[in-house]
Amino acid sequence: MIELLTTKYTYLVVVALLGIGAYVMIESDNFVKKIIGMNIFQTGIFVFFISSAFHTAGRSPVVQSGGGGGPFVSPLPQVLILTAIVVGVSLTAVALGLVVRIYERYGTINERTLEEVRADE
Amino acid sequence: MSDALLPLLVALPLLGAVLAVAAGLASERAAAAVTTLVLAAQTGLAGWLGSQAVLDGPLSVGVGGFAAPYGIELVVDGLSAAVLVLVAVVSLAVLAFVAEDDPGGTAFYVQYLLLVTGLSGMAVTGDVFNLYVFLEITGLATYALVASAGTGRSAVSALKYLLFGTVAASLYLLGVGYALMATGTLNMADLATELAAAGYDSPLVLASFGFIVVGLATKTALFPLHTWQPDAYADAPDSVSALIAALVSTVAAYALLRLIYTVYTPAFFEAVPVARDALVAFAAVSIVVGSVLAVTQSEIKRMLAYSSVSQYGLVVVGLAIGTPAAVFGAVVHLLGHAMMKGGLFVAAGAVADLTGARTVDEYAGLADRFPVLGGASAVLMLAMVGVPPAVGFAGKWYIALGAVRAGAWPVAVVIFASTLLTLAYFALLVERMFVAPASESVLAATDGGRDGDGDTDAFGPSPPPASRPSRRALALVVGAAVVAIVLGVVVTDLGTALEPTIDTLLSP
Repeated sequence: MIELLTTKYTYLVVVALLGIGAYVMIESDNFVKKIIGMNIFQTGIFVFFISSAFHTAGRSPVVQSGGGGGPFVSPLPQVLILTAIVVGVSLTAVALGLVVRIYERYGTINERTLEEVRADE
Repeated sequence: MSDALLPLLVALPLLGAVLAVAAGLASERAAAAVTTLVLAAQTGLAGWLGSQAVLDGPLSVGVGGFAAPYGIELVVDGLSAAVLVLVAVVSLAVLAFVAEDDPGGTAFYVQYLLLVTGLSGMAVTGDVFNLYVFLEITGLATYALVASAGTGRSAVSALKYLLFGTVAASLYLLGVGYALMATGTLNMADLATELAAAGYDSPLVLASFGFIVVGLATKTALFPLHTWQPDAYADAPDSVSALIAALVSTVAAYALLRLIYTVYTPAFFEAVPVARDALVAFAAVSIVVGSVLAVTQSEIKRMLAYSSVSQYGLVVVGLAIGTPAAVFGAVVHLLGHAMMKGGLFVAAGAVADLTGARTVDEYAGLADRFPVLGGASAVLMLAMVGVPPAVGFAGKWYIALGAVRAGAWPVAVVIFASTLLTLAYFALLVERMFVAPASESVLAATDGGRDGDGDTDAFGPSPPPASRPSRRALALVVGAAVVAIVLGVVVTDLGTALEPTIDTLLSP
């Protein structure tokens, strides 16, 4: 158990981030907070990929001329996550744009208030 | 030679989107013209490459000169060829209705082309992470298109769709992560062998399968993961509803089929039968609940949306059963549903433009006043129910045949029950259109005027009522009806063309 905590603690962080993100998305009435929850959820997945690339005493994967110099950490998950971060930023931008539109139309970014406003329509 | 042209299937609409921005600086009409040209070229390219793939076997190319499995591979086989052609043809056809229905603006055309980029990318890619990227491109373009109605309601629906869609894509990515940890590769063909080597009962492989299926099932909108879908379809502009109902979930279901059979292979189902049983049960529940929810709707677009939940349940049942007949039925139903549902959404949009009618009751007497539009819609509805010789019958027949051959009798019963339920909501609508006395909105439209029809969300300007349906909308609806029947008649030829592909997919 102690060994798990000291060597694999990043995976516990992943579980915590996924849980917190999902909870905020479901529980918060505030659209901006829901988007923050979505970001936390995605960050959990980013940490998961990066943890999987880790190698004890691994070096950055730049092969010297003549080869050798390992062990290296895996570069692939890091490249993937770089792409996924870009995707996440674009999603956040579109989501915030939609929240601005909702605020302009209804004057609220709260889900419950919005339901009341729409019920009056 | 034609292998080298595969990247153009993605690059062409992507470059077209940039060109549309440039042309939009001059005028909005120029952006529309560029979009039409690009989609026409895309249709030609998809048709040509697709026919090559069907006649001469699969095409593939490593992007950027990096050979698979290290580089990203693009692959077109018979199945992806069919999806590519469907995407190109439907997006080109619906564009005619865009010009008719909603003044889009330059941004609209750019998003439209980006959506085609994402969908084509999902169809051609042979790399699971690349599929994630295209899934998100498709998603981003779709969220923006749903919100392009400009109403507050559409913005709320788009945000809900975005939250669901992002979590779905993230779960898919998590599944890809597990598969990567188990095998160290992302190439689909390479994953198939490496996953077998890792052992199908390994927890990593099982977890990756679970996450990928749940992620893609959310994108496909299976019950109970469908809740984003009726709002998004109902609140989007009519032309966008037609486009996304025809294509977005269809390509997600295609991706599910591709992952199950190319990546996990039928051997995975042999080794872990509970995975297959769970998927069949999940989809069967979706068939029944989707139909029941559709029966209870009064608004046409929501009814069509819930009907999709049920129809995609049928598709997933077919691909989960996994006999050649069932998988072929799933593919036929996937293509046929796209044509029929796209046509019905165009018809719903045309009727709303004409009369303002958006509910089942307001459709009363429609066919008397607009016989061609009403008749073609009725043909599409009956095709969806599964009246022979339409494509809806062919798809259900092959899926049911596959279920019976696999000994899955309860599934065959569910398919029969779903046909009755589909009949329940479409027959009601047909009865309204043909038999019931004309509703106020229909009367008002044919008398040349329209009084306030209770447009609750009247932020956008309502189009002026017309006394006859637009030629383009009419041509699209009639065209979809004709295609639905022709596809049903030539389904055996389609079977011959797709047989080698499906045999390859299902070979262990």
